[in-house]
Amino acid sequence: MENEVPLIKVTIDGQEIRVPVGTTIMEAARQIGPSVAPPAMCYYKPLQGSGGKCRACLVKVAAGSEKDPRPMPKLVASCITGAQDGMVVENFTNPEVVEARKGVVEFLLINHPLDCPVCDQAGECHLQDFAFENGVGEKRFVEEKRTFEPEDIGDKVQLHMNRCILCYRCVYTANQLTEKRVHGVMGRGDHAQISTYIKNSLESDFYGNVIDVCPVGALTDKTYRFKSRVWFSKPVDAHCACEKCSGKVQVWYKGDEVIRVTARKNQWGEVEDFICNTCRFDRKKTSDWVIEGPSKVARNSVIAQNKYGLNQGKKPEFALNYAAKNFKGIDDARDYNQNLDEIKKSEDYKALMQKNDKFFSKEKSLK
Amino acid sequence: MANDIKILTEHINIPGIETFEVYRKAGGYNAVEKAIKKMSPDEIVEEVKKSGIRGRGGAGFPMGMKWSFLAKPEGVPRYLVCNADESEPGTFKDHYLMKNLPHLLIEGMIVSSFALGANKSFIYVRGELMYVVRILEKAIEEAKAAGFLGKNILGSGYDLELVVQPGGGAYICGEETALLESLEGKRGNPRNKPPFPAVKGLYQSPTVVNNVESIANTPWVINHGGEEYAKIGIGRSTGTKLISASGHIKNPGVYEITLGLPVDEFMNSDQYLGGIRDGHYLKAVVAGGSSVPILPANLFYKTANGEDRLMSYESLSDGGFPTGTMLGSGGFIAMDETTCIVRNTWNFSRFYHHESCGQCSPCREGTGWMEKVLHRIEHGHGTMSDIDLLVDVAKKIEGNTICPLGDAAAWPVASAIRHFRDEFEWHINHPNEATKPGAVYMGAEILA
Amino acid sequence: MSVTFTEDKLKKAQEIILRYPEGRQKSALLPILHLAQEQFGWVSSDTMDYVAGLLSITPVEVYEVATFYTMFHLEPVGKHVIEYCRTGPCCAMGGEEVFSHLKTKLGIKANETTSDGLFTLKEVECLAACGWGPCFQIREKYFMHLTNQKVDDIIEELSK
Repeated sequence: MENEVPLIKVTIDGQEIRVPVGTTIMEAARQIGPSVAPPAMCYYKPLQGSGGKCRACLVKVAAGSEKDPRPMPKLVASCITGAQDGMVVENFTNPEVVEARKGVVEFLLINHPLDCPVCDQAGECHLQDFAFENGVGEKRFVEEKRTFEPEDIGDKVQLHMNRCILCYRCVYTANQLTEKRVHGVMGRGDHAQISTYIKNSLESDFYGNVIDVCPVGALTDKTYRFKSRVWFSKPVDAHCACEKCSGKVQVWYKGDEVIRVTARKNQWGEVEDFICNTCRFDRKKTSDWVIEGPSKVARNSVIAQNKYGLNQGKKPEFALNYAAKNFKGIDDARDYNQNLDEIKKSEDYKALMQKNDKFFSKEKSLK
Repeated sequence: MANDIKILTEHINIPGIETFEVYRKAGGYNAVEKAIKKMSPDEIVEEVKKSGIRGRGGAGFPMGMKWSFLAKPEGVPRYLVCNADESEPGTFKDHYLMKNLPHLLIEGMIVSSFALGANKSFIYVRGELMYVVRILEKAIEEAKAAGFLGKNILGSGYDLELVVQPGGGAYICGEETALLESLEGKRGNPRNKPPFPAVKGLYQSPTVVNNVESIANTPWVINHGGEEYAKIGIGRSTGTKLISASGHIKNPGVYEITLGLPVDEFMNSDQYLGGIRDGHYLKAVVAGGSSVPILPANLFYKTANGEDRLMSYESLSDGGFPTGTMLGSGGFIAMDETTCIVRNTWNFSRFYHHESCGQCSPCREGTGWMEKVLHRIEHGHGTMSDIDLLVDVAKKIEGNTICPLGDAAAWPVASAIRHFRDEFEWHINHPNEATKPGAVYMGAEILA
Repeated sequence: MSVTFTEDKLKKAQEIILRYPEGRQKSALLPILHLAQEQFGWVSSDTMDYVAGLLSITPVEVYEVATFYTMFHLEPVGKHVIEYCRTGPCCAMGGEEVFSHLKTKLGIKANETTSDGLFTLKEVECLAACGWGPCFQIREKYFMHLTNQKVDDIIEELSK
């Protein structure tokens, strides 16, 4: 084909891939797979112009391109930086990146209420995942957090500004899906907030999508509030002949009851087809839908727990073989008949205890 | 080296120089005549390149090079935007220049716009300086009446309209892409780069953004040639620089100095700052606006190698951040021994917290965090681990943000701790003494 | 409550809008908000809605901008708004002492208005007058090289 876009070669964490010119580092990494894809808290592929803000996806460009192999001086946001031919990118393999990302987790959490136990988003929250995978388990911020009162924006959406990380996704959504945006970011700095300024309700047919794009529990579905923990509900793919949207949705069941309807999301948590408010808020009966079958849920998601029988949790064949082979190869020469006193005298044991001591004394000093 | 050449301020004391008539009589607008009648736009760009002049807003990027990056696609307008959003603490030179010599800036805008092929150019003035906006608007009217602005300037067929745009009170709009957003009537959130303004700037068109002082230099460059300009100054620091001086000095104010002037002479001669106020001595200097690293007196006068420091881009940054600083915007703040570094650092930190646009997380959250910790230390509630915490937070902001405000917030904190750690420790260890009004750490003895 | 510009202001606003290329009238937002504040003293949500109408943009675009920039008073203010610089260089020139004096003189704290409605006191960041500090601004006018005495004189003068 004449118009074929030329391919360029990019290496990310040691894995090579060829992608069309104009692809961002983030998209190239996603094509390789989750093992090298940087986390994204603000970038959202379906929303034009999103990205660059949260700095969760910072990566090191160890070589700029084939032509100019110099490293880039600063870490770059992979979601908005174009890949170049011959570019070498370090993500999880670069200590500088890992350190900076710990910083981003910490920054995002200092003003976050950490109210996961009472947050509807818990279990499908990107901030939870991001913090768990990239953060450190202790806090250094001891000052007072900035707080806001929860606010209803319309009769179907509730805003918990305390939880917001100002990713701007909902603003892009309103700009790109609705005719007239009525909410936005007010104020600036760490007092910036999502708001309608004067009490205004979100009225467009597609406003409900702000709930789906929100990476945290800042914008939640009032028709679903406190109905269930997400891991006790079961998503099925379903569709209907909708006159406003594609009608392709996920219907979430608790027992026989439809407790909420959302858009379907891809493996990066991005909406595949934005859905209308009627589908989301008003079609809460099984008879409203043609059920296609259980949704695909990632095996490591809490939503998958205890739901689909044992088969769902079955490890792939190659992994079982690999594990079996390696178990056989374990050569453990330790003597299991040593008595406890002898073990306590051993150097190994002392070293272990010393390590523990350090840990415990650190714990104490924190209090 | 001629030490007293005045490129910008030669005529500043002539009574009535803010009017077109007096300014014209003093040789004003000759550069417009020369440029439009005798030179091609490319020739002007070439002269500016030869002059070696570096951006006077703080970053010090060569102006000619910036101009040559401007994309020139057919049928798309190009814009020149003058950055007069001067808000960096310690800096008030553009304020001084614009209120006294409005026509110099306008003359510079005309020749620069002509060189870049812009037919509509903007001067973005910080909103607080509304009275300066009025001065500039009046000057523009005068220039227009005299045929130097508007349609068919001096019969050349070249049209130029100048618009003065007031800001609304936001330091971040001094960052060029935030300025462009603001000029488009939006929140001053800096843009992701690339694309750079030279390719997609104002209204998605190719745009050059230059500081007031940079543009004010162009008439001289056209009148005398870039080579002549390059002879002034030292090494890659060509020309003169306006320094805004404040703090505990005898003669605060704005000075035009030839780059390369010894720091000692600038600080202590009567022609310039006249030294520290009587009975006191220099403790620390912020040489280029609040964002540059603070230096203790000894490292200010001499580099770590023992050489005399000069007022130039290179000499001030000699030693890098460990022992040097930056010329920045030329906001020179001198502090004597009565200054509490912790309090000053907290003050600067509060400024950056207040001015962070809140778009990207390290700056939005980090600036507030640093301010709160510094507030705690200053008010006697600090702990020893706070010092390392500050260093670590600063490190995690620096370089990881969309625009340089993150760096600007991190550097003063990191440098204050680097050079005055003992003072921070004293504050933490002696909260009762440190929180007495006027108490300052002075090594072994405490001034209270 | 409906809000409208005076004839003069409306004419000025229309002039401002014409400064920008076609379709870029949103650029006029900051100058027109200043214009509105000149007339009304502060920027209410009705004013913002009115400005949105003038520029054919949505009200939320105006709210976002007006709340971002610190010069716009989103609450009613006194007749004279004193915007006092609290940043480092002014402090080095003696700004903190003069500020305490000013607060005592007015009998209010920062962000408060005197009971007679004459003065509102606000703290602002650097006003780009560092070497001429301490300084404050009342509307468009700068007051520099402040001393306690000078502050007294200014307040007396404005109280007349």
